[in-house]
Amino acid sequence: MSATGVATAPRKKRRARVGGKGEARFAFLLLLPAILVVFGVVLYPVARTFVISLFAVDSPLPGFYPFVGLSNYTRVFHDPAFYGVLRNTLYFTLVSTGAELVLGIAVALLLNAPLRARWFWRSLVVLPWALPTIVNGALWRWIYNGQYGALNGLLDALHVSSTPVQWLGSPFLALNMVIVADVWKNTSIVVFFILAGLQTIPTDLYESARIDGASAWAAFWRLTLPLLAPSIAVVLILRTIEAFKVFDIIYVMTGGGPASGTQTVAFYTYLQAFSNQLFGYGAALAYLIVLAVFALAMVYLRMLRQGQMSGVE
Amino acid sequence: MNLSETPQPSELVGTGPTRRVVLTVGGGLGLAAFLAACGVSGGGGTSGGAGSGKGTIRALVMKQAGYSEADIRKMTGSFQAANPDIKVTLDFVAYEALHDKTVAAAPAGTYDVVLIDVIWPAEFGTKKIIADVSSKWPANWKQQMLGGAVATPQYNSHFYGVPWILDTKYLFFNAAHLAKAKVDASELDTWDGVLKAARALKANGVTKYPLIWSWQQAEALICDYATLLGAFGGTFLDGSGKPAFQNGGGVQALEFMHQSITDGLTNPTSTQSLEEDVRRVFSAGQASMAMNWTYMFGMANDPKQSQVAGHVEVLQTPSGPGGRPGVNGSMALALSAESKNQDAAWKYITYLTSQPVQNNFALSSLPVWKSSYDDPAVVKTNPAVVKQAKKQLADLILRPQVKNYNAISQVLQTEIQNALLGKKSAQQALNDAADKTTPLLAK
Repeated sequence: MSATGVATAPRKKRRARVGGKGEARFAFLLLLPAILVVFGVVLYPVARTFVISLFAVDSPLPGFYPFVGLSNYTRVFHDPAFYGVLRNTLYFTLVSTGAELVLGIAVALLLNAPLRARWFWRSLVVLPWALPTIVNGALWRWIYNGQYGALNGLLDALHVSSTPVQWLGSPFLALNMVIVADVWKNTSIVVFFILAGLQTIPTDLYESARIDGASAWAAFWRLTLPLLAPSIAVVLILRTIEAFKVFDIIYVMTGGGPASGTQTVAFYTYLQAFSNQLFGYGAALAYLIVLAVFALAMVYLRMLRQGQMSGVE
Repeated sequence: MNLSETPQPSELVGTGPTRRVVLTVGGGLGLAAFLAACGVSGGGGTSGGAGSGKGTIRALVMKQAGYSEADIRKMTGSFQAANPDIKVTLDFVAYEALHDKTVAAAPAGTYDVVLIDVIWPAEFGTKKIIADVSSKWPANWKQQMLGGAVATPQYNSHFYGVPWILDTKYLFFNAAHLAKAKVDASELDTWDGVLKAARALKANGVTKYPLIWSWQQAEALICDYATLLGAFGGTFLDGSGKPAFQNGGGVQALEFMHQSITDGLTNPTSTQSLEEDVRRVFSAGQASMAMNWTYMFGMANDPKQSQVAGHVEVLQTPSGPGGRPGVNGSMALALSAESKNQDAAWKYITYLTSQPVQNNFALSSLPVWKSSYDDPAVVKTNPAVVKQAKKQLADLILRPQVKNYNAISQVLQTEIQNALLGKKSAQQALNDAADKTTPLLAK
């Protein structure tokens, strides 16, 4: 089996000049609102954050602040607390994204099968994702409560353990329990991306594979997964970026504790910028998050491109 | 088998951006950077103004301890009835969001009135987020208000607001539980007595964990630590403004906290609990003793909200070798420095903090006015708390009044939790906290 013909031919650069200058001006006017919105809500804040990161801004009010160049950036790498929160962030990103992807593919495959009342199961899967993160965090905080939480109640009812576990009571366990809450909510979106990808795969490919003697497992590994690569790449980029920026679920569930064990880079940035009013330092931290996310996205895209160039054997 | 006709989304791996796109985005970013730079190093903030004394004002208040949302709406309603040309819009947030929302809203001057904690005047005052209202303070207020109240909005002898919620933590106990364990309430006069009572309650199977505290990584933890720090004779800072909590009473207080967990007397959920969690556990009868703010007395004795209503009693915090100071947890109403309607806002502040209004709502929060405590109507609203408040409010311990308080508090919260979770000894945790806070105090 071979796959060729992936869209690799150079695109023709066509500059369609259908109308004259008047039409171009009209087109520009039509685009102007979008340009202004992009400038106002993307470019200006991005640029302003960068400019703030070069100054020792320690108040939310405009004024004259000393220019400090890149010292806010160098300070990040001399801040011992930063390495702790970076470690937490990388762990959170890796584990939550990995778990969401594996679970998401499994659930999507199940929902792609000819189930009875499939529409109902598909609708049910969207529910966790439809919940606002704040509500999801509050819900899981209650479930995990060491005194009256549902999880301890369940373990007790099943005679697994009658001693209440403090799920959010130690740093590493708390971080993992927050990951579970995040996976519960965000697996839904992975399911939908993968499900959409699965529906673009023609069923006759599987019939051909079966005729060629491929087992279900081989068809999954050599047919389904490679053809899902674009969907997986998109969802990986989205989820990795979201996981790396995680803030709200931490804020609601643990407040960064216990003993700062669930503080992430985004949470730490928030503390520095808003609680401690170190806006210059907070802006530098925010920029580093942007750079890290950008680098991750480039890596994924590169991997995807290489995968497509080599084709599906 | 040929997969050449299989749909392959190519947008993601399409050709790179064209020169025109690069130039457009780069130009846009350049222009944005130029405009952004103007805002940081040039200009200057718009400052507030007195305004016409009428119109609409907006206030940021708290939906948590102290006055309830219903109380504040009622007070505001009566203010608007008395001042029909002023309309007040209220925004309620949790305590944990109050500081950051005040900061985030400051540049736009969104709020005319903000509720501030006793630990924020140094920070907000020096950064000119709230207005210095020293000149508006009538001279007699200092004599007419309780000392702890006067200290609340004060920094460097300047006033940055008017005290509104006068509060400290008290020791609440379940009298029925104590009776079951044959513990006399007089034993709760000292912290040693509290531990002895807790052991008796646990031994008699009355409560598995007799004590519950708000020791989550949050300011609530520092409030409880401050109370114990004072009781064990410690101080946050020494006379020269350097950390002192790592010495003597500071260490003993933290050892006391940790020991109560390892002895199984303190509910381990305490390290994940805020004040409302404490109230719920206590009100469910799952704890026999708890420290909390005034508001818990009314709610824990309300049969609609509590399973132990009628059994809840209140005491001044127990004494230790250093005495029995209560933590100053008071709050004040401040004028936003960016408010364009400061005259109307000031009218609102002086109305809400006035003695008649505070007397009317004494059940939720005790008045800041000395003479209120001799007013039979006030005493009648909350006789049990007023009796203890007279003693407790006379001896309050302040958390450090410094510009970088939040950063210092965050360090302390983390290190205290390290000790409570047994990751470090109390001495080591506080030494580490002292090392980290020394440079912050020097700024």
